[in-house]
Amino acid sequence: MLKNFTNKILIIFIIFSLNSAYAQTPEEFIKEVTSKASSILKQNIEKNQKSQQLISLAKDSVDINGIGMYTLGKYKKIISEEQLREYTVLFNQYFLKSFSSRLSEYSDPKINVISQKYLNEKYTIVSSILVADDKRPEIKIDWRVYTKNPKNPLIRDLIIEGLSLARTQREEFNSVINGADGEVEVLFQTLRNFNKN
Amino acid sequence: MKKFVFILITYLALITNCFADTDGNIEMSKKTNGETKDCFEGLNRGVFAFNQALDQIIIEPVAKGYRLLPSAFRKGTSNALNNISLVVTIPNNVLQGDIGLAGKNSARFVVNSTIGILGIFDPASKIGLNDYEKEDWGQTLATWGVGEGCYLVLPVLGPSTLRDASASLINYSGGNAWYNITVDEDTRYFSDFDYYASRGLTGVDFRAKNIESFNNLEQNSIDFYASVKSLYLQDRKKRILNSDEIIDTMDDSDWEEIETN
Repeated sequence: MLKNFTNKILIIFIIFSLNSAYAQTPEEFIKEVTSKASSILKQNIEKNQKSQQLISLAKDSVDINGIGMYTLGKYKKIISEEQLREYTVLFNQYFLKSFSSRLSEYSDPKINVISQKYLNEKYTIVSSILVADDKRPEIKIDWRVYTKNPKNPLIRDLIIEGLSLARTQREEFNSVINGADGEVEVLFQTLRNFNKN
Repeated sequence: MKKFVFILITYLALITNCFADTDGNIEMSKKTNGETKDCFEGLNRGVFAFNQALDQIIIEPVAKGYRLLPSAFRKGTSNALNNISLVVTIPNNVLQGDIGLAGKNSARFVVNSTIGILGIFDPASKIGLNDYEKEDWGQTLATWGVGEGCYLVLPVLGPSTLRDASASLINYSGGNAWYNITVDEDTRYFSDFDYYASRGLTGVDFRAKNIESFNNLEQNSIDFYASVKSLYLQDRKKRILNSDEIIDTMDDSDWEEIETN
């Protein structure tokens, strides 16, 4: 009886210890992601290989579906389930393509993670600095980290010098839809074209 | 006098927020949900395309050439241009009620113009007069509660709003000491060329610092015009609020309803 009880306590202790070991603060999470991204970009390999590795990193660390929903703005409430499913697929392809293309331009970025600011149980903003080089000045980058599941934090936005990429993306998408008198299909076609090229 | 009347009329129009829409109807501003109305979108897109062509043919190549110059030279140029901009920032600090900052920026101007040799060097930052943020007449009007009006794209100068574009006219009516001593007054030391060269260099310096970012944004945009518009308006909001805090400049409620795990 006592042995059983001791075993149960031991198992609970091990599970608790394991959970603690894997639960990262948002700041640690961003440090890990930026360090991985930097290692990928530093490698002397083909651009295509770099892109594949960056895509894999993005799939693990970015809430692509969440960003997709945010980006759709008011239209997410008025499109059909089927359209939403199609949009999710198209947005994932679009996001990963543009993400890897944007990042692969940097050869050896040095990002110093500075601090984190807790907003609420769902969000923490992590602040960092992209160190200046010969071509560009120092850039302040804030990361909106979605922490609803603290054991699996995910990036939802990059705020560069106070400018939100997710918001820019949303306004861009909404501009395409508004320009087509609210026809979401036009956005889908634009995304298909982008993903194909 | 004509200039003054024009500016006055523009301000009155801004304050009452009445503008002619693209279809010619006068109506109240359609500013909704914190979004800036793009009343002249067709015209704006045309001017934007013109600016892009101009950028491709002239500005980007010049910016690329400028970047080949030694970084110490570029840094000195950037410092001197920042120093000149203080003559507009300081009166705007005062008009925004930020007297302490006006004093700090005045001290910065004196130190850098003298010890820093016409602003080429920045000794002021080394003695605690750092974190300089430019202020302009549009920002002052915004802090006074004047609405931004519709979004505008100006030929050569790029994105703006009706408020900011009309406020910039103050620079040519006595509100910019650098303009006054170069273009407006016939002084022995400066000429019109100095003013226009400084304006041109400011543009080239900015473009040179953002070559990759601009190209990257353009390549990955499905509507480049909308991306630039969004970035410009976000940047203006940040500058008007004088805040680096994300929670001050962004509406978090949009994110709250997005649930994925």
